[in-house]
Amino acid sequence: MARHTQPINTCRVTGPVAAGAVFSLILLALAAVASRAQWPVSFGVADWAALRFTVWQSFLSALFSVVFAIPVARALARRRFAGRQLLVTLLGAPFILPVIVAVMGLLVVFGRAGWVSQGLGLLGLPPLSIYGLTGVVLAHVFFNMPLATRLILQGWQSIPAEQFRLAGQLGLPPSVTFRTLEWPVLRQVVPGAFALIFVICLTSFAVALTLGGGPRATTIELAIYQAFRFEFDLGRAAVLSLLQLVVAGSAAVLALWILPPIAVQMGRDRPVQRWDAQGAGLRALDTLWIGLASLFLLVPLGAIAVSGVMGLAQMPVLVWHAAWTSLWVATLCTCVLVMLALPISIWLAQTQRGGAEALTLIGLAASPLMIGTGWFILINPFASPVQLALVVTALVNAMMALPFAVRILMPAMRQVITDYGRLSASLGLSGLALWQIVVLPRVRAPLGFAAGLAAALSVGDLGVVALFADGDRATLPLQMYRLMGSYRTDAAAGAALLLLGLALGMFWACDAWGRRHVDG
Amino acid sequence: MLTVRDLQIAQGVFELHATFDVAKGQRVAVIGPSGAGKSTLLNALGGYIPSTGSIMVDGQDVSTAAPDQRGIAMLFQDGNLFPHMTLAQNVGLGLRPSLRLNNDEQGKVAAALDSVGLAAFGDRKPGDVSGGQQSRAALARVLVQGKPLLLLDEPFAALGPALRGEMLDLTSTVARDTGATVLMITHAPEDAERAADQVIFVDAGQVEAPRPVSEIMDNPPPALRAYLGR
Repeated sequence: MARHTQPINTCRVTGPVAAGAVFSLILLALAAVASRAQWPVSFGVADWAALRFTVWQSFLSALFSVVFAIPVARALARRRFAGRQLLVTLLGAPFILPVIVAVMGLLVVFGRAGWVSQGLGLLGLPPLSIYGLTGVVLAHVFFNMPLATRLILQGWQSIPAEQFRLAGQLGLPPSVTFRTLEWPVLRQVVPGAFALIFVICLTSFAVALTLGGGPRATTIELAIYQAFRFEFDLGRAAVLSLLQLVVAGSAAVLALWILPPIAVQMGRDRPVQRWDAQGAGLRALDTLWIGLASLFLLVPLGAIAVSGVMGLAQMPVLVWHAAWTSLWVATLCTCVLVMLALPISIWLAQTQRGGAEALTLIGLAASPLMIGTGWFILINPFASPVQLALVVTALVNAMMALPFAVRILMPAMRQVITDYGRLSASLGLSGLALWQIVVLPRVRAPLGFAAGLAAALSVGDLGVVALFADGDRATLPLQMYRLMGSYRTDAAAGAALLLLGLALGMFWACDAWGRRHVDG
Repeated sequence: MLTVRDLQIAQGVFELHATFDVAKGQRVAVIGPSGAGKSTLLNALGGYIPSTGSIMVDGQDVSTAAPDQRGIAMLFQDGNLFPHMTLAQNVGLGLRPSLRLNNDEQGKVAAALDSVGLAAFGDRKPGDVSGGQQSRAALARVLVQGKPLLLLDEPFAALGPALRGEMLDLTSTVARDTGATVLMITHAPEDAERAADQVIFVDAGQVEAPRPVSEIMDNPPPALRAYLGR
């Protein structure tokens, strides 16, 4: 008789059910959108302009992010200096930094009345203007250059130290070392980083909302919002959503082929001893790049702190209400995420059918505004979508964070199965006891990290909520956006600082929970 | 007490066949070259890899049973203790997977820890004790599990020779106290001579029937002679 015994046998039902629920919620949204679109679908001049701008700004954002990331990653890979670890950690900050907070910081530094413009004014030069293409690309580079740097740095660190030792022993000059050791790795990593950033920027909404706009700087995502919000033209919003899905979906499929593995946590990270890069010229060059990158990242963050402290006192009480709302939306999102990610990740860890890739694909291709539009159409006949705005926001946030969470949890789940699967089976651990005694304690650290990411993403998200919410309901990012829109810059800066604190605080709380009592 | 009939395990191109009996209370060394199928055999008996044929433990057909329903306790090469739990908790799992132990059961755990010389170490975690003490804790769990068959997949391989001998002696004591039959994989003939009554020789996917250890060591068949280098 044949039989098959699986060392750990859990979530065989709940895993597929959870994954199925996510897929069907997205498919339902898609179906609802498709039902409202006018067939045959036709595109106007403005739609083509939105498509062109979306692709062009994504291309430029990916290009600049990667081009600047290469020298910074190289410098980080081969230099040791005080604060290096901090800088590498900081490169992960954009993951949890609310977009609108970063935009605020960039405006304080590079805006029309910003620090740089004031400096230019002293020299008799005209101020900068970062609205439009420049601003959108600047903000995208601010967010994605660190991501590119981390991905490329990982690639660099995958070259064994022994190879550099050998190069040193043979006295290979820098150019030869680059050609033989570094170029082959770069050739693999850089296209992947470029593709990933390109796809991320295709569906970016909050940056386009705050820094773009107008006929020359409207992305598809922003056009969906405008069709929905200003014209309440559900048909046009639906057509644009489909366009967005096709563009982002096909780009995501292409990108997934060349996607580098996304390691959100850096493993052992130490610079390797290099014998080919000891020249004073190269040292100066690396120092310059590290300095420039640090300034580019730190000055806007510092600007938020400085202007925010001054603005805190000017914040209307509405901001505090919004902060409370954001707190519970993010908490709900995090709970939903954990309930989905745990069964899905252990199920995928047992089956290994490329499920994580499929999830990532959906996460990259499905735009929050498309899902939001779809659900609005679905909910509208039965209830007021405005009333459910916050719940829908939390759910969509959870779905957007799910691919990251599953990718973070799956290696840990695999490890549990490999290391303790047979022991658990031999002791008859199953069901709840298996989770309590074996799985949860073993995956606690990555779980805390994933939950922290979800909480921070949700608390800082300005997407679906902007679509649905009315004057009575607002999350903190939305409230901050309204303050910016009514030129109450000081109050907005205060809200930005509060939001930053909230995002970092929630991330820290979850991550610290995960790290506590971790042993073995 | 262990009856194996027409056991077949296929893993890629590798195939393993076994038909043999082990009498109750025997301590059997499973010996043979690397890659011969020793671990595969034990994992199939334990229910961790798929196989065909029949496996009887104490007269019960356990061929399709879950690993914990086979009357078998197994110690693996590593990962025998959960690192996030205390030694006492790890031992307690052998009594109750829910870990909700009553006073009587807690007494059993304490007694088991005491009998392996870990009376004072119940509150420690595996990372805080030595490798030998970890092995002792795993044996304490085997003791409370009280299963009729014990499988050892070289759990003491990482220990030095003296400590390994000590653990084998302790295993023999535990087996005697619980009346368990033991199958242990080993690479060292001196371990077999020290802690086993019989030897099963495994070579190239063929499992031979157990023979008394003195007989087989004094007069090894050619394949075993080649493996031992004698």
